[in-house]
Amino acid sequence: MIIILTSKLIKNSNKGSLVTSGTKKRPDGRAFDEMRHLKIEAGVLERADGSSYVEIGDNKVLAAVYGPRELYVRRLLKPNMAILRCRYNMAPFSVEDRKRPGPDRRSIEISKITAEALNPAVFLEKFPRSTIDVFIEVLQAEGGTRCAGITAASVALADAGIPMRDMVAACAAGKSEGQVVMDLSEWEDKEGEADLPIAMMPRTGDITLLQMDGHLTSDEFEKALDLAIKGCQIISEEQKNAIKNRYGD
Amino acid sequence: MVQSVVPEIIKESVVNLIQKGERADGRALDQYREISLETGVIKKAEGSARVKIGKTQIVVGAKPQIGEPFPDTPNVGVLITNSELLPMAAPNFEAGPPNETSVELARVTDRCIREGEVIDLEKLVIIPGKKVWMIFLDLHIVDYDGNLMDAAALGSLAALMNTKIPSTTIEGDEVVIDYEKMVPIPIKEQPLMCTLAKIGGELVADPSLEEDDVLDARISIGLRVDGSVCAMQKGGSVPLTREEVLKAIKIAQEKTKELRKSIPKA
Repeated sequence: MIIILTSKLIKNSNKGSLVTSGTKKRPDGRAFDEMRHLKIEAGVLERADGSSYVEIGDNKVLAAVYGPRELYVRRLLKPNMAILRCRYNMAPFSVEDRKRPGPDRRSIEISKITAEALNPAVFLEKFPRSTIDVFIEVLQAEGGTRCAGITAASVALADAGIPMRDMVAACAAGKSEGQVVMDLSEWEDKEGEADLPIAMMPRTGDITLLQMDGHLTSDEFEKALDLAIKGCQIISEEQKNAIKNRYGD
Repeated sequence: MVQSVVPEIIKESVVNLIQKGERADGRALDQYREISLETGVIKKAEGSARVKIGKTQIVVGAKPQIGEPFPDTPNVGVLITNSELLPMAAPNFEAGPPNETSVELARVTDRCIREGEVIDLEKLVIIPGKKVWMIFLDLHIVDYDGNLMDAAALGSLAALMNTKIPSTTIEGDEVVIDYEKMVPIPIKEQPLMCTLAKIGGELVADPSLEEDDVLDARISIGLRVDGSVCAMQKGGSVPLTREEVLKAIKIAQEKTKELRKSIPKA
């Protein structure tokens, strides 16, 4: 009934590169260990206690933090520490085909693992019987939104003045067109062989989030993990710069 | 709007100031805060805008989809307006299904756009009765600092004026969509909304967060370019007099002329 003349998928796959010797350029022209364009700003919203805006490639993500504040759902309260809750949400217009508003299974899972990725960094024991709420809004998605969300959330937590062991940074690595690469684009994520998003505290090297799908040999896995760690370190510097830009050295 | 509990002493000071013809942020009674408007901010959306009135911030995205028309209107396209008052936008906003404020905002914005005839919906028909373009307009409220209505109407209009759809042709009984040839959606009119708050017996334009919290009544007026009225909504539990309503329209007609200057030329 409906024929799509030039679908967006075909357009994207045309970007595929020619194989050159050794390591080859990726579809968007990056080297295997090169990150997409990165921009981080702190303190972008008026009402939130802390906020940030992150662009990684074409990802555009806002994060806001409220708290530590009182929690009305009393059964969730912990007598000796704060709880950290997270809501990851995608704008209906953030993806190619409009996403129905509201949580789905994917966003619920990402919310959970994001909270778990941030938890170890925050001195929750300093705020008993309270909650810290983290809200992540994906305004535009282009592969790697969970990592962009975690990166943004940490900056928002710092902007809110919440004491932390380190700002958690997140970055993915993976395998695309037979090559292990850093910071997968949307196309590499969809068409690639493996995806390995991680979050870590670069100061200590502690990994706080790790997911993987696809297929990697153990050598490839090690290489991908090292690339993802390197990515986190690059992002970490940019996170610190964002806080310095807002508050001075 | 989304009124939160305000200490009586703050309410009194806001009211006293307004009765003296002043406002807490130094504005004149009929003065808007600074307005900024950018369009095309979301590449993945076929139309988009980011609007700020004061610190209130809304990201609007428009996404077209092909679908079936409603059975009672087989020969017009479909416009669906939806809004999310995100929990990030204010400490008293909660996650979950749209609450009554959110639904009111989406419906009033929809009314302004629909009755103000922004889009020539008849031109969105591909096969009468069978296939039409459906435009989904999503309002993402990311920062709430008062006066959502005017920001929503302004952002929606700007996003729609920025919206492009792929051209379609019919070959036999098949619809051929050409994503290489994007065309702007047919824009007919450019209505805008102006909200006035009644506080201490006076009418003030563009209520701030504090004013939104203490207002007695609010009237939002949608106006076309020629100053004719296309949508209205009264809010708040204090009544308005006939004279106040007529005065509000007069003020709104002046103010929408100013608001219109922030719209990028199509």
